[in-house]
Amino acid sequence: MAIRTLPTADGVDLAAGRGRGAERSRAWRKLTRNPLALLGGVILAVVIGAAVAAPWVAPHDPAKQTLIRRFTPPVWAAGGHASHLLGTDQVGRDILSRMIHGARISLIVGVLAVVVSVIVGVSLGLLSGFRGGRVDVVIMTIVDITLSFPQLLLALAFVAALGPSLVTIIVVLGLTGWERYARVVRAEVLALREKDFVEAARAMGVSATRVLFRHLLPNTFSSIIVLSTLQVAQAILQEAALSFLGVGSGRAYPTWGQMIALGRDFVSVAWWLPTFPGLAILLTVLAINLVGDRLRDALDPRTT
Amino acid sequence: MTAVLVRRIIRLLVVVAGVSLVTFSILQVSGDPVALMMPEAPESDRVVLRERMGFNDPLLVQFGRFLGDSVRGEFGQSFYHRVPALDLVLERMPTTLLLTVLAMGLAVAISLPVGIVSAIRRNSALDQAATVGVFLGQSMPVFWTGIMLMLLFAVQWRLLPVSGWESWAAVILPALTLGTFSTPLLLRIVRSSMLDVINLDYVRTARAKGLSEWLVICRHALRNAALPLVTVAGLQFGLLLGGAVITETVFAVPGVGRLIVDAIRQLDFPVVQAAVFFLAMIVVTANFLVDMLYIVLNPQIRIR
Repeated sequence: MAIRTLPTADGVDLAAGRGRGAERSRAWRKLTRNPLALLGGVILAVVIGAAVAAPWVAPHDPAKQTLIRRFTPPVWAAGGHASHLLGTDQVGRDILSRMIHGARISLIVGVLAVVVSVIVGVSLGLLSGFRGGRVDVVIMTIVDITLSFPQLLLALAFVAALGPSLVTIIVVLGLTGWERYARVVRAEVLALREKDFVEAARAMGVSATRVLFRHLLPNTFSSIIVLSTLQVAQAILQEAALSFLGVGSGRAYPTWGQMIALGRDFVSVAWWLPTFPGLAILLTVLAINLVGDRLRDALDPRTT
Repeated sequence: MTAVLVRRIIRLLVVVAGVSLVTFSILQVSGDPVALMMPEAPESDRVVLRERMGFNDPLLVQFGRFLGDSVRGEFGQSFYHRVPALDLVLERMPTTLLLTVLAMGLAVAISLPVGIVSAIRRNSALDQAATVGVFLGQSMPVFWTGIMLMLLFAVQWRLLPVSGWESWAAVILPALTLGTFSTPLLLRIVRSSMLDVINLDYVRTARAKGLSEWLVICRHALRNAALPLVTVAGLQFGLLLGGAVITETVFAVPGVGRLIVDAIRQLDFPVVQAAVFFLAMIVVTANFLVDMLYIVLNPQIRIR
């Protein structure tokens, strides 16, 4: 780590690059050696694969109703049918096919909401830490205000007010979840700003923008990667909660949360309706958390 | 210390104004509120109402009025129930508070002993079981946990009522659900703040003095771990309220959460605004109290 603080600007770029490369391969080794993280990775690969290839791997059309087969239990239970592995719902739609298609919404919302959060949070964090003064006060006050709301409640109110749609959900979840990035990036910039390599770069006449993007931003990458991985899991849970509460992306495409909401109404006649989509959420979120947690251990020098 | 206090109070006021602004904008982004209020009225009547309710004034004037009204608890009449919106919220508040307090009590009762022992006996069987529990608990959607508990205790074993809030038996499942939601969070905080202090010099000194392990933990370690614990617990309060909203929906508990979800379905925005503002004020107050506690307890701030 000491190698990063070499006093010449050239040396810094080179050393920082080499340092990061070595760090990355060490992190990769630590990540792949851990069986739990590996398990998480495998689960995640399966879910992503299912989402991408949904139209081809789903055994049935997720919207096709076969009333004569409604409430078919899973294949291993009495009355199960081989063509519906996980059973059917109240209008005879195939649960497994709907789950496979539902993975698409969860992953799209999870990833894109985090992208929105990262863009907003990192820019405001950089600005806040780098400029300081009044800009910092204003941005941190906005963070304080955002933190005053239960996030789910705020998302619920705004999605409902704007009219539920996939884009609305992504934007609202993104705009209600950025403050953590702003705070972390700001703290790191404040710490890095006084480091020798930044001062050296400045002394050599490097412009402020260049210092910001070339020297400060790259050093916050590992924190951002860890935070955003874990936040994808949170966003998936929140999307499911919004869908469950009835302000999801609409009835047109199945989502896990909406399947569970329907299942709640039939909980006493068909236990499989809410159970399997919930397991899908649990496994996906667990997988992301496992990978994210190891990533933190691997990338954060403080915990080693 | 007075200077710190004054600064905190100014920040509190700014945050309250900000919360008010965000709440104000919920109705603004929803489009035309008058159309929501009287969906069948002719345009000529709407024009009159719009003028009378001041929707034609400049936004800044409207916000000024909203700010003044909101701090006095005036959110207007519910579009649906035709009574003052805040009254509806206050009427439902005790239910939500009871649910939250029970859940928090359960979470503390589990996470305090388990977290402490986990930290002392690091990597023991209990610690590992607790880690697995935390991972699972954090990956479970709270509404799904609720439905699964319902499936087991109410549908399968018929021990408890499926939903409602009329008897103490009906309270058990919602409290258990929200408890399982908040326990992993708290457990993690207890464990890590204990780990932070347990190897510090003064704890070692206390041990070296020959104090019993029990006394060392309670008198020396726990007392110093309590500060970060309280801070983070205060910050998590908003999350708990969000969880309460979902839990109430699952079990048809007549609390504020249920009120909000119903109001959103009916596009009853005064109620949504009143509830969002009120819950945010609870979080703001909780954070402010934690801040104050921090100032009183932390000698480093007290001196300044």
